[in-house]
Amino acid sequence: MTESNLLPSGRTRIDTLEIRGITKRFPGVLANDRVDFDVKTGEVHALLGENGAGKSTLMKILYGLYHPDEGEILLNGKPVAISSPTDAINLGIGMIHQHFMLVESLTVVENVALGLPSSRGALTDLDRVSKRIVELADIYGLKIDPSAYIWQLSVGQQQRVEIIKALYRGAALLILDEPTAVLTPQEVDELFAIMRQMVRDGHALIFISHKLHEVVEISNRVTVLRDGRKIGTRPTSETTKQILANWMVGREVGFAPDRGDVEFGEVRLQLENVACGSDRGTPGLRGVSLEVRAGEILGIAGVSGNGQRELAEIVTGLRRIVSGNVRLDGQDVTNFPPGELTERMLSYIPEERMRDGVIREFSVAENLILREHHKQPFSRSAFLNLREISAHANRLIERFQVKTPSQDTLAKNLSGGNIQKVVLAREISRNPRVIVAAQPTRGLDIGATEYVRDQLLEQRKRGAAILLISEDLDEILALSDRIAVIYEGQIMDIVPRADATPEKLGLLMAGVHPEEGAHVVK
Amino acid sequence: MISDLFSVTVLIGILASGIRLATPYLYAAVGETFSQRSGVLNLGVEGQMLLGAFAAFYVALTTGNLWLGMLAAMIVGAVMGLAMAYVTVNLQAQQGISGIGFYLFGLGMSDLLFQKLMGTVETVKGFPRIYIPGLSDIPVLGEIFFNHNLLVYLAYLLVPVAWFVLNKTTLGLKIRAVGENPDAADSLGVNVARVRYFTIILGGTLSGIAGASLSIALLNVFQQNMTSGQGFIAVALVYFGAWRPVGVLGGALLFSMVNSLQLWMQVKNVPIPPDIAVMLPYVLTILVLVVTVSRVRAPSALTKPFEREE
Repeated sequence: MTESNLLPSGRTRIDTLEIRGITKRFPGVLANDRVDFDVKTGEVHALLGENGAGKSTLMKILYGLYHPDEGEILLNGKPVAISSPTDAINLGIGMIHQHFMLVESLTVVENVALGLPSSRGALTDLDRVSKRIVELADIYGLKIDPSAYIWQLSVGQQQRVEIIKALYRGAALLILDEPTAVLTPQEVDELFAIMRQMVRDGHALIFISHKLHEVVEISNRVTVLRDGRKIGTRPTSETTKQILANWMVGREVGFAPDRGDVEFGEVRLQLENVACGSDRGTPGLRGVSLEVRAGEILGIAGVSGNGQRELAEIVTGLRRIVSGNVRLDGQDVTNFPPGELTERMLSYIPEERMRDGVIREFSVAENLILREHHKQPFSRSAFLNLREISAHANRLIERFQVKTPSQDTLAKNLSGGNIQKVVLAREISRNPRVIVAAQPTRGLDIGATEYVRDQLLEQRKRGAAILLISEDLDEILALSDRIAVIYEGQIMDIVPRADATPEKLGLLMAGVHPEEGAHVVK
Repeated sequence: MISDLFSVTVLIGILASGIRLATPYLYAAVGETFSQRSGVLNLGVEGQMLLGAFAAFYVALTTGNLWLGMLAAMIVGAVMGLAMAYVTVNLQAQQGISGIGFYLFGLGMSDLLFQKLMGTVETVKGFPRIYIPGLSDIPVLGEIFFNHNLLVYLAYLLVPVAWFVLNKTTLGLKIRAVGENPDAADSLGVNVARVRYFTIILGGTLSGIAGASLSIALLNVFQQNMTSGQGFIAVALVYFGAWRPVGVLGGALLFSMVNSLQLWMQVKNVPIPPDIAVMLPYVLTILVLVVTVSRVRAPSALTKPFEREE
């Protein structure tokens, strides 16, 4: 073994890893259909595709979480069997999951040591593990305190713990499953810097994403999957975002939704100095003031967990306001119950669509009348008007292009995009005056995302006032007329669309005012 | 008159019996702590205790060997644990419901075996008190703390051992991780099913010993339903103790001391209706649970079956 074969962590490189003809069937679904894929030392190979295209399935097979029905995996040219994560780890394959695989109530060092044999037999050797973590952190430029509890760390730091966990186990090849989904733009830059360093040192990286600009920025090669099939592999330098998007979706896609010019009307929703608690007992919102006018989309940008959920909940009457007040159409509606707000034509597209948006065990038709079921024409005194409910469902299924076997299908059997269409149909078809949309496209594929965004813009044109809460900065920038950045329960600043750049918003999202930030750097 | 009742001798008696009465709770609740820390709520403790109590008593009665009785209780508890593990880990049954099923099984089975094999209440000579030279002779303290049988001492010894295993060993780390985030543990190659099998069987074994401590060390008889809810109290004590062995110890002592006090009040005919007196420890448990439990967080994966989504 020559010196050049070693990684800075002391492990041997993986020169090539090849996946050949992998097929994986789930009941009723062909998740991977004879997929080929390969990655070499010193490169980032991006795996691109829509939700359900089979990216995660393929990577879970590589990591030993799923077992393929057909096909083989070759490591440095030799076939290997990977039947469990332990096998993968022993071969030098590490995975950073999209949802971090960390135990929040344990410390960094405990999370790293978990599942590894200890140098003291049955007793833990956390002090030694801790030392090695500091070593690795130094080599790779990943600052982390080994004794910190996971719940104390920011999302970006937690991701570093995941990377250290993989490096500690000797990962030469790292699978990063949508690693940027939860990061601020600055944190993405830091991650990319770490990734570039690792590639220079001889690691092989697989980068899963559906964000085209990131793929173009970081990867050397890119492979696109669609409906479980491989569409193609190209050096990134020989592709464009447009080509990749067309490959992903299988048709031409438009990037910037057509906004059109809309005259703003009167103030529909107004918050004055609103404060409320959060589920952890810490202050959720700390004096938030903002207003949304008719025909306007106010975007709320921010890193997850900075008060977005609480903001949506106080406007929709789901959380108690401690101080301050909320006005709807000029009238004080502070701490009004949700039913009262519904009467005043407030609609809500909740963040957790499966939990708060639909009743999973109800049919599509039933879900479509949840807000208005107690009123004519859907019911008369105590009785439901089933004929009218059914006709209503058919109208909305057609108008909103909901793909469902029938209106009697249970909501839980629909795909995420179609569930969101059901929610949209219910909330929008009543012509609301104010719409609160929380993470309306999270987890949706390009097609469904496009549809949801078009519908929101349609409502804006109609004159609705829209509060758009999203952690997806691209979405905020594409849709909003003005952008408010929320940080630790406070609005850092409200920026007109024309003045908003990802860099500026990113600093605000991290709690830094751009002008002050400049001073700090000096 | 009241001051008369609370003489030093009486106080010593109450404290010493409180320490003894905590024994079955300690075994059962420490066992339940292990299984809950790994994410499994075992409500069958009471049934495991009952069958353990019967097995220990019957074997001790027929062989005359207390240690064989203990062994029998441990085996019975472990087998019940094994069955519980299969139902909750492999079949992924609702833990609350299957636990109640195991309780009812233990209740009925122990009674059936009692009827068929014994028929009448008998007694055995249980584990004797151990005289510890020096310690047992200390006035007051010796009588309170060092005047008990072996199973009592072992129960208290179990608490630091359990703390050590949970916090200082790789096994303990795995147990805690599996109870908080089994997906994370799984992704690091920890065998979630094996860890849970281990903790549930350990819990069953300790519940069996808890039953044995009643039938061949403290009361030295076996009767139908002799545990009368102590297994359920043990489950409550785990919540009470915030899933920590030391907390469980505190809860078990508090509960047993109040119980000991109310038993004495009944014996002495203190003018409080006995029905009210019997309620005291239970009312206290509920009150303390209401005050404490809302502040501590249960293991995140408690009662959630683990399945790799495939």
